[in-house]
Amino acid sequence: MKGPIPEIPAPIWRNFKDLQEWELLHKTRPVDDKHSVLFESVTEGIHSFPGGFVVTTAADAFLNWARKSSVWPVTFGLACCAIEMMATFCSRFDVERLGMVPWASPRHSDLMIVSGTVTIKMAPMLLRIYDQMPDPKWAVSMGSCANSGGPFRHGYHVVKGVDRVIPVDVYVPGCPPPPESLLNGLLLLQEQIKHFKRTGQRAAPNEKVD
Amino acid sequence: MSLDEARSAIGARFSGAEVGTGTPLVVTVSPGQWAELAAFAKETLGCRFFSFLTAVDWKEPGLEVVAKVDNLDDGLAVMMKTRLGPGVSTCASLTPIYRGADWMERECWDMFGIRFDGHPDLRRILLDDTWEGHPLLKSYAVDTPHPPYR
Repeated sequence: MKGPIPEIPAPIWRNFKDLQEWELLHKTRPVDDKHSVLFESVTEGIHSFPGGFVVTTAADAFLNWARKSSVWPVTFGLACCAIEMMATFCSRFDVERLGMVPWASPRHSDLMIVSGTVTIKMAPMLLRIYDQMPDPKWAVSMGSCANSGGPFRHGYHVVKGVDRVIPVDVYVPGCPPPPESLLNGLLLLQEQIKHFKRTGQRAAPNEKVD
Repeated sequence: MSLDEARSAIGARFSGAEVGTGTPLVVTVSPGQWAELAAFAKETLGCRFFSFLTAVDWKEPGLEVVAKVDNLDDGLAVMMKTRLGPGVSTCASLTPIYRGADWMERECWDMFGIRFDGHPDLRRILLDDTWEGHPLLKSYAVDTPHPPYR
């Protein structure tokens, strides 16, 4: 017999009204990803030990290499961008050579590619799926609609940018972005993951655009 | 029943109705005759197929409810219209006559806030139950931020 449905705590993301406000937070982003305090203190101890930094930086580089080489995106298609996302997953563009396996469960995934228009009715479900993904997790906003609302920005039912719902790491422009664009965004994301901090803090957003 | 027969029948039955000439046959009646016209179209004109029901917001003149019913056997289409007048947002329901009007009127309530008297289950159909306002009204502030996610 099932118990009552646990209440999901209110996300702080819904307080953001526009992109500038979100960017301000992104710069001073709190330690969002969960990490073990014990593990952190142990690694801090090794790091401060004479010569120990060699171990920690090597371990850090190795772990980040492992993370970046096995980014599993949850298959989350919302609109026409999902067609381009599927094309990216398929054999012609083949992101599996980058270690990405499109996985149909958020519990096993590291990345959410928000591909398409997010309506206000869909936003709570998107948030729930994002909350179900284990930390550390990343999000790619794909296409104009997910970036800012796109052509539907002045509609009454569209979330004006998915970054009002979840934190986004890479924005891929285009309407819809071709698979090459998404591939470029995923490569930028891998570049960011490579600089993922030991304590679970994010790297600064990548300067490189092209 | 042909188009001309239908036009003369409507003209004889509803004295104040404005009846158009083309096809579909556009009939404009007062809100008081709305349900009566629908019953007449179903029983007498044989329009048993309920095509759609929607509304138009004409700003100052107020809302207009539009419904189209078809007689598929004779190829007769009747477009029924009624002007509710400025500030009025109540209208007689067609659901007791046409069952197909049920969800259409719920959508109309959702988008325009027209309260259909006699509807068995008038609640929002497309938008969330907690939604504030009726978005297809011209007075709805589209770009004003509303919680959540806006």
